[in-house]
Amino acid sequence: MQFWIIQGLNSLSLGSLLFLLSSGFSLIFGLMRLANLTHGAFFMLGTYLGAIALRSYDGLNLWVAAIGAGLVVAAIGGLFERLVLTRLKANPLGQVLVTLGMSFIISDACLMLWGGDSIPVPTPQSLQAPTRAFGLVFPTYRLVLVGCAIGAAVALHFLLERTRLGAMIRAGVDDRQMARAVGIPVSNLFTIVFCLGTGIAGAGGVLGGPILSAYPGLDGDMLPLALIVVILGGIGSLLGAFVGSFVIGFIYTFGTALFPELAYVILFLPMIFVIAFRPQGLFGRVGA
Amino acid sequence: MKWIAAVALGALLVSLPSFAGDFYINLASQILIAAIFALSLNLLVGYGGMTSLGHASYLGVAAYLSALLTSRYGWGHGPAAMVSIAGTTAMAACFGIIALRATGLGFLMITLALSQVLWGLAYRMSDVTNGDNGIAGLTRPTPFGISLESAGAFYWFALIAAVLAFLMMTIFVSSAFGSSLKGVRDQPRRMAALGFNPWMIRWITFVYAGFWGGVSGLLYVYYNKYIHPTSLSTTSSAEALLGVIAGGSGTPGGPVVGAALVLLLKNYASAYVERWNMLLGLVFLFIVLVMPAGISPGLSKLTAALRGKSR
Repeated sequence: MQFWIIQGLNSLSLGSLLFLLSSGFSLIFGLMRLANLTHGAFFMLGTYLGAIALRSYDGLNLWVAAIGAGLVVAAIGGLFERLVLTRLKANPLGQVLVTLGMSFIISDACLMLWGGDSIPVPTPQSLQAPTRAFGLVFPTYRLVLVGCAIGAAVALHFLLERTRLGAMIRAGVDDRQMARAVGIPVSNLFTIVFCLGTGIAGAGGVLGGPILSAYPGLDGDMLPLALIVVILGGIGSLLGAFVGSFVIGFIYTFGTALFPELAYVILFLPMIFVIAFRPQGLFGRVGA
Repeated sequence: MKWIAAVALGALLVSLPSFAGDFYINLASQILIAAIFALSLNLLVGYGGMTSLGHASYLGVAAYLSALLTSRYGWGHGPAAMVSIAGTTAMAACFGIIALRATGLGFLMITLALSQVLWGLAYRMSDVTNGDNGIAGLTRPTPFGISLESAGAFYWFALIAAVLAFLMMTIFVSSAFGSSLKGVRDQPRRMAALGFNPWMIRWITFVYAGFWGGVSGLLYVYYNKYIHPTSLSTTSSAEALLGVIAGGSGTPGGPVVGAALVLLLKNYASAYVERWNMLLGLVFLFIVLVMPAGISPGLSKLTAALRGKSR
């Protein structure tokens, strides 16, 4: 019983991390029609920044580190969007290749700066004690992480559905040219959304640190999971990213626990199933 | 003029082992293998408009199959090669059915995800693939009793394969089928209205490209006598894609030039700098921002301009 509950909680916490990663990816794809292959590298950069900051400054709070790393990563993402991606507006293939090139640069820079050994991120002291409920023991940090993801999902939903900025983003997603014609600054929206998406990924990287720790190749481990999440949930859909993240979180965690060697193959199955019957993804719109 | 150049190039390629040292012969063999791989990817990217970021799957799987069959199960090279190529082509057929449900960026993401899954398998299924240690101690085949151990012999073997591959793929794209492929790339809806089946045309091309990717994988494992999961990685797919785009996608010779450049860059750069991945990323940025059409079309434009001036 304890096994199932712990693995279930692990699934939820992996799903939470995947949501922090894939919601930004999905948002960027929805508005900019851009498969941002740098996203995994931004996540890893966040983890490294958090790990280094927490190692260098004693007593630094994990949450402060997460916000700080998120802001730094968002700034890097914003610069990248302004300096490189805007030059390639008419060339979607070029944009993808540039994001791929950028991901190589970032991951190699992390390796160069911080070496090949994995750097642990300590769990905050206040959350180290396990939570006991119903006669079972839960690692508190993972519960808090799930709360963070749900909080982020609610905040993003509120941002998209209830604010003026969100209304402009939705208009840009639906019809970019018409949005421009009625005076919405779509190019600025691109930058804002790119910063927002990469920033969430960077902060998510720090929050994932206590579970994953920072190591070279983290980007390559996370990016395919995010891709599968958005293929499954539907590209550009926040709800799709949310549901897809937890589905993949469960499948991957239980797959790894029960059939360690085949976990990667099991990941395939939902993806093939969805592609076969609903190529636009569970919550994707046709033509999106 | 064009014929003289072709004959001179042919003579140079055939006679290379007689005057070059082993290092350069081996480098040339590697370029030939990378060229076959890039040409097969060019079928998808250049002529089919299907940008795949998972083409290393075919190279890697064919290489792994051959390595496993010959070293672990004691098969001869002939049957092992046939089964490896057949298996890789069958895998391409399955992957094609999945990936071609989408086009454009969706296709790219699915191919990337599929190849990452294979890469993960190669790493994690260590009792089959030997994981991070790779499979070492492999042998080269001896076709018709000729040993391929010397650099020159292997070079000729690779050259024959590369020439065959180049001709077969050039015939493929200049055939009527190739024209319909280009039609589907540019105007899928019109082609469908004309009674063509765009999906089938794309799928056949996908499988054919997978087949030649498998051939390059066999040569790759014969050359290196070693196979490691990195040959299945995104970096490996990305290097090939960079070669295709740098050389000029959708041109018959461009990918060969591009693949040679990437390989030379990798060989020479890694002697001086440790950071190949960073350099690869920077070259990607440079090529896409500065030479989006590729080097080969860029050069032919340049020569055309020069000729126009001299007249």
